[in-house]
Amino acid sequence: MSKCRKLLASTALVTLIAGPALAEPLGIGRLALPEEIAAWDVAVMPDGRGLPEGRGNVLDGEDHWIDQCAVCHGDFAEGAGAWPAIVGGRGSLQDERPVKTVESYWPYLSTVWDYINRSMPFGAAQTLETDEVYAITAYILYSAGLVDDDFELSHENFTEVRLPNEGGFYIDDRAKAEFPEFTQEPCMSDCGAPVSISARATDIDVTPEFPVIRFTYSDGSATATVDPVADVEEAAAAPEAEAQAEDVQLASLDPALVAEGEAAWRQCRTCHQIGEGARNGTGPALNGVLDHSAALADGFRYSPAFTEAAENGLVWDEASLDAFLENPAQFIPRNRMSFRGVRSADERAALIAYLASHSE
Amino acid sequence: MTDTPSDAPKAPSRGPSRRDFLRTASLAAGGAVVGAGAKAATPDPLITEVQPYASFLGEGVDATPYGMPIHFEDHVVRRNVEWLTADPISSINFTPIHALDGTITPQGCAFERHHSGAIELSKDEYRLMINGLVERPLVFTFGDLMRLPRETRVHFCECAANSGMEWGGAQLNGAQFTHGMIHNMEYTGVTLRTLLNEAGVKPEGSWIYVEGHDASSNGRSIPMEKALDDCMIAFFANGEALRMEHGYPVRLVVPGWEGNLWVKWLRRIGVMDGPVQSREETSKYTDLMPDGRARKWTWAMHAKSVVTSPSPQMPIGHGPGPMVITGLAWSGLGKIARVDVSLDGGVNWQTARLGTEPGDKAVTRFYLDHVWDGQPMFVQSRAMDETGYVQPTKEQLRAIRGLNSIYHNNAIQTWYVNENGDAENVEVS
Repeated sequence: MSKCRKLLASTALVTLIAGPALAEPLGIGRLALPEEIAAWDVAVMPDGRGLPEGRGNVLDGEDHWIDQCAVCHGDFAEGAGAWPAIVGGRGSLQDERPVKTVESYWPYLSTVWDYINRSMPFGAAQTLETDEVYAITAYILYSAGLVDDDFELSHENFTEVRLPNEGGFYIDDRAKAEFPEFTQEPCMSDCGAPVSISARATDIDVTPEFPVIRFTYSDGSATATVDPVADVEEAAAAPEAEAQAEDVQLASLDPALVAEGEAAWRQCRTCHQIGEGARNGTGPALNGVLDHSAALADGFRYSPAFTEAAENGLVWDEASLDAFLENPAQFIPRNRMSFRGVRSADERAALIAYLASHSE
Repeated sequence: MTDTPSDAPKAPSRGPSRRDFLRTASLAAGGAVVGAGAKAATPDPLITEVQPYASFLGEGVDATPYGMPIHFEDHVVRRNVEWLTADPISSINFTPIHALDGTITPQGCAFERHHSGAIELSKDEYRLMINGLVERPLVFTFGDLMRLPRETRVHFCECAANSGMEWGGAQLNGAQFTHGMIHNMEYTGVTLRTLLNEAGVKPEGSWIYVEGHDASSNGRSIPMEKALDDCMIAFFANGEALRMEHGYPVRLVVPGWEGNLWVKWLRRIGVMDGPVQSREETSKYTDLMPDGRARKWTWAMHAKSVVTSPSPQMPIGHGPGPMVITGLAWSGLGKIARVDVSLDGGVNWQTARLGTEPGDKAVTRFYLDHVWDGQPMFVQSRAMDETGYVQPTKEQLRAIRGLNSIYHNNAIQTWYVNENGDAENVEVS
């Protein structure tokens, strides 16, 4: 590269990097209002900065836990299905299968409070009251064996609680611990004895089915582009079948209402599946709910409260669904559905129509 | 799949069908090496017969106002490994890197990672706040942001957990699954330097805390030095608006650092005097070491590469002879300097040809033009970056990190290719 071109190149680079940044502010945007900052800036630091005033005790926390958390995290925060355990695992971090929980791994209680406050329950984030967050956090501490059952957590005593693994972290040291070894000039030939296979993924066999790509060659050595293609064709065919099925079912329902219900279904789909191929997940699959007995989904482990209600003759019709959806915890106390309910009667009607569109 | 779709008009038959031809040609070749100029037994009907697409009319210009790939490419899609996560809403899928070439990942098949699902947020409803240790806490609309000076840069985004399933041994059979938590796009947007300059960072502002509009918020702390160095907020990827699943309308770009920091649906940048220690930077995205302690703030993605073809989803379909071995290489510390390829499991290496000019913290394509002798191969690739860092072996990484650190597995990958050309994920010793 000539000197002149080099000069041009470096000038261009300086312009690119420094040009806009060194300028005076352009005055774009507007000042954020205090109410707006209060609404969005809810971060809590390990030293307690950012915590709102409030309090909650272990016993209240247990009630909230059963209502809001146990469906995924177990009655005792031990985890359910593939969802994470919140307590336990202390002393397991060097094991072959470490159990990383609030009790065994998380360094700061502020992280627990902050995450519950922002993002839990899964599918209904930012619906917990401040005191409920304190109470649930207190219940986790109790379940972890860190406090007694008469404990109350508040903004005042928050920083007195320390988690067991606070000292278990250190800052990235890869540059020091690894770079000396990983910056050696690499060997290019005769770098060792001939190798043989020591492990193969096919022995474990946990890879999903996938199509193998093949081309056609002039020497005739292969003739298909993709093999097998079954899953691709199935995927292409499925929407059509679903659409036809829906056409039939929707005949007696108000399509606009069903469409509204489908939009409202967004808040349910975290836990529930519906339609062709629906399976039980966190909650039961909800095909064929309307005009049938409650707690009917095959193979779903309903809460005792739910099963009892079904045994006592609860049938899902428009009235019972409406009451349940309005306030699930009130309609069937101590059921495990972690959902606050739908306040708008119109929205409930739409949801019921949507459920009906998937019922025979 | 290349056969005429059944509902398309058929051309009149004038000779043996294409299938007959292929069967005959296959017999004639008999698996032997056939050099250029080899004779076919019968004329190829694809050439001698008038094909429907050469006679009838194709689709008009408005058939697809926004085009999808032709249906022959239907298999080139993101794929999920269901057992990895409890639920597809807080989950990940994988870029079909085995089926792509060049360096730019199309948005429509670039991997997704959500913590509370991909949300719909319009440009009109979008707001970005900068507050904390600043002279002027500010709120921007999308329109406001488009009035600030923009830059365009290409960077890779790799999930810290890419290849994380391979720590304990060869587990997933396919480059898409072992290495597909990566994409490489051209981003257009505004640097954080420009944005923060609008708000005026106070001297004690040493970190930023970035969070999204979605229910997970996915908050992360980033040192101010990195924020002012090369971070940007992006509105465009590969020349068009971001896809919903990648944070439409605005995401953070943190070049070279783990994908979890690239907050989508960016809502707020808080200027702080320390890290928040959020869930994503304590309980997750920390690397558990054999002594039971964990590394934190392991942000940079170190040099890594993988051969994308041949690989389990992309076997060698032909017999011995000329072939192209190709793959991807990248480094979060800078540009790729060199990629070596071994065909015998790391005993001997040859330097591959870089197919593109290496970019800073961007994916580079490499090629090895090889004449295959039909014998089994242990195919590996080894990336070096401009800092002199050499991609380590699995043994080297495990010796230091053990088997439970989950994240940042940048070890050399081995594909065993058998005499039929089929490839599988193996480990060798």
